[in-house]
Amino acid sequence: MNNHDTALIFELSKEGRVGYSLSGLDVPEVSLDSLIPSDYIREEPAGLPEVSELQIMRHYTALSKRNHGVDSGFYPLGSCTMKYNPKINEDVARFPGFAQIHPLQNEETVQGAMEMLYNLQTSLAEITGMDEVTLQPAAGAHGEWTGLMMIRAYHEANGDRHRTKVIVPDSAHGTNPASATVAGFDSITVKSDERGLVDLDDLRRVVGEDTAALMLTNPNTLGLFEENILEMAAIVHEAGGKLYYDGANMNAIMGYTRPGDMGFDVVHLNLHKTFTGPHGGGGPGSGPVGVKKDLIPFLPKPVLKKKGEGFTFEYDRPQSIGRVKPYYGNFGINVRAYTYIRTMGPQGLKNVSEYAVLNANYLMRRLEPHFDLPFTQHCKHEFVLSGRRQKKLGVRTLDMAKRLLDFGYHPPTIYFPLSVEEAIMIEPTETESKETLDEFIDAMIQIAQEAEKSPEVVQEAPHSTVVKRLDEAMAARKPVLRYVVK
Amino acid sequence: MTFRYLPMTEQDKKEMMEAVGIGSTEELFKDIPEKVRFKGDLQIEEALPEPELVTYMSSLAQKNRNTKDFASFLGAGVYDHYTPSIVNHVTLRSEFYTAYTPYQPEISQGELQAIFEFQTMICELTGMDVANSSMYDGGTALAEAALLSAGQTKRKKIIVSKSVHPESRAVLQTYANGQFLEVVEVGTKDGLTDLDELKTAVDGETACVLVQYPNFFGQVESLKEIEEIVHNQKAMFVVSSNPLSLGVLTPPGKFGADVVVGDAQVFGIPQGFGGPHCGYFAVTQKLMRKVPGRLVGQTVDENGKRGFVLTLQAREQHIRRDKATSNICSNQALNALAASVAMTALGKQGMKEIAVQNIQKAHYAKNVLAEKGLKIAYEAPFFNEFVVKLNGPVKEINKKLLENGMIGGYDLGRDYPELKNHMLIAVTELRTKAEIDKLATVLEGL
Repeated sequence: MNNHDTALIFELSKEGRVGYSLSGLDVPEVSLDSLIPSDYIREEPAGLPEVSELQIMRHYTALSKRNHGVDSGFYPLGSCTMKYNPKINEDVARFPGFAQIHPLQNEETVQGAMEMLYNLQTSLAEITGMDEVTLQPAAGAHGEWTGLMMIRAYHEANGDRHRTKVIVPDSAHGTNPASATVAGFDSITVKSDERGLVDLDDLRRVVGEDTAALMLTNPNTLGLFEENILEMAAIVHEAGGKLYYDGANMNAIMGYTRPGDMGFDVVHLNLHKTFTGPHGGGGPGSGPVGVKKDLIPFLPKPVLKKKGEGFTFEYDRPQSIGRVKPYYGNFGINVRAYTYIRTMGPQGLKNVSEYAVLNANYLMRRLEPHFDLPFTQHCKHEFVLSGRRQKKLGVRTLDMAKRLLDFGYHPPTIYFPLSVEEAIMIEPTETESKETLDEFIDAMIQIAQEAEKSPEVVQEAPHSTVVKRLDEAMAARKPVLRYVVK
Repeated sequence: MTFRYLPMTEQDKKEMMEAVGIGSTEELFKDIPEKVRFKGDLQIEEALPEPELVTYMSSLAQKNRNTKDFASFLGAGVYDHYTPSIVNHVTLRSEFYTAYTPYQPEISQGELQAIFEFQTMICELTGMDVANSSMYDGGTALAEAALLSAGQTKRKKIIVSKSVHPESRAVLQTYANGQFLEVVEVGTKDGLTDLDELKTAVDGETACVLVQYPNFFGQVESLKEIEEIVHNQKAMFVVSSNPLSLGVLTPPGKFGADVVVGDAQVFGIPQGFGGPHCGYFAVTQKLMRKVPGRLVGQTVDENGKRGFVLTLQAREQHIRRDKATSNICSNQALNALAASVAMTALGKQGMKEIAVQNIQKAHYAKNVLAEKGLKIAYEAPFFNEFVVKLNGPVKEINKKLLENGMIGGYDLGRDYPELKNHMLIAVTELRTKAEIDKLATVLEGL
């Protein structure tokens, strides 16, 4: 490894080098001063790097080598569904007829794109058991907010302005209460019972006339199916609230059950999880929202409709919550998701959930002798171990996660859900082979043994990565958020 | 039927079920109550083999008129710009696009460093101190800037100029409803924010003033005058800016903006029917801890070696839950990477050259259209878009342009009733003189 592996692109810059090629100006040049007032003409050029094309390619290739993706190795990051990202999706999304079209072209010139979107929203409605789907939200959190805004509009249209509370389980992801806040609600917590499921008595205690909605993932963040879902739906509905489904864990149930049939009124999906839109290092995602009939009037604008043989965007929606995003959502991700759905079909999607769940249960049972398993029933697509046994030996879950890096794995989600001490949340997905799972099991068992026999090996991990553990406290105390260009 | 993404064999399945202690995978789903078990097959289309799938998806794509085959004069927030080939080659490195958010920094240094560089480039262009790792798009970034301002000033009135992108204003209104904020729109005069009206509107209750630079009509707003009006009332000054224009225009940071937002789609990101694009969000040092979304910071590892981590996470939803500054988690990281590569390729010289070319070509187009007798609506300085008044409905004229191999401009009558038959024309560096001349000739004949 040489120094250049870690150089910032700015540090490679040398005056006079270029990495671009523009056509020469083919119109008569006019003095800039005659077009723009001098106060508004930039004095100093922006301090961007001056590098050649090969330097750029080497720079980013070097960076890519310092990054772990699903294509690099196993990525059992719980709650994130790190499955294979099909290559055909990438090819299709780059077709000029999808990539090089403008959102404001006349509708007649983009009918193929609208047909694709219509087919996708219809497919997602069927998969989730909902009556109508909007593809506009850009990501899961954006979908949550959109769904909650619709629930608020629904209650307000009924004169129910006092419904200000959104109930979330104590095991819920932090995004749920954050979305509730942005949608103008207060969130309150409902407890889990000893089996990791929502405590029905506590739910009965917290619902009331101020209940706007209950937000739930099912299977929940412990990977457990909320088997009392119908009772929960009845409790919330009787109180006049709506049931919101966080689709983060949809990968577990396709073709087995549908949120719409469980009694959910609003559903969001993460197309970048279950439906293989790549995670992209943090995005872009896509977070469609499905609703039952009584919420259709509140869908964000515009709504894509079939009209005769063609398709049109409908804007005249007086009860709509309005726009949630310019244009029509993250179209490019929606293209990828639709390509995936057409690759798998009904049987394939059911197999996806079957194998995702079998893989998770296999891992769980094989690891059960070596780690504490707080909830022992069959899991769905993911499960949560506790590292408390190893913690007593002085090895924390964080240490074990770092040790996994030495084996070439991305570690599981750790310290979440908060309700489990030293949580290790593992989601293998259906695209991993048994051989990969077996190798991972061996690594986990070895680490459990190291925790007993040579804890320092784990405590000091990672040993093989390009950097050792980083000083996060310093990063937050004295933030350096940009390079100062010289 | 077997599937190429599913490696499970019958033998694997048998062995795994044995290890789990079940005779059938159905047992794993027994906790789903019978009443809600889905029976039968999902009513979606059957699976397609790869060759048929390519044919089918390609048939859908071919139904669309694309800007590769047609010369596009359509902008209005989304633009057809030069994309260096290298951008696609970098974003196809699957170590980047198949990774999750870089929560494990030791094996995510590539992504983290790329984002740190992105943050730096956005700061450089906008003249701001701090930029985050990206937002969904320019519209939601603007809305988040309003929420930040309301939180910071403890005031509830959001003032936005009507010369801000209509769809961004619509998104702003929805976000404002969520937080019980009032949105007041200020009108325009000659295609620029009406400063008299603005002066009257801004008061001690005003959280922020949102303007666009260059504005929706392409014109350069008087940020200097607006800044005085805004800061006189201690409101926040939020500027939405096309970052490519900042290759030549004075950055909003120089005019005292508190928050600068916009969309980096102009840097190597396909128009893609409106998304995914790449919102950016930049602030002054003072607002660093109020920024929504993820921030990458520099630090050192145990051996003192430079490295990068996600930082200041106490602001974020996964830590602060209902007290977070925003609920955003997924952003547009891969597109921020694309934009970084494009900005790097353009570099110091290219960024200026491309911006200058946009100005030159757009002004040439304006002059040619004027010479053909078309009425230019406004006369203020502009970047790469301007407004012309036509003799008929824009929609019909665009049909004629399409027949002549061109995608025409934006129909302003959709959002501004007073601008019926007015077209917003965008001319980027990719439009040739021949294409511009042809546009003028065809429009003249209509």
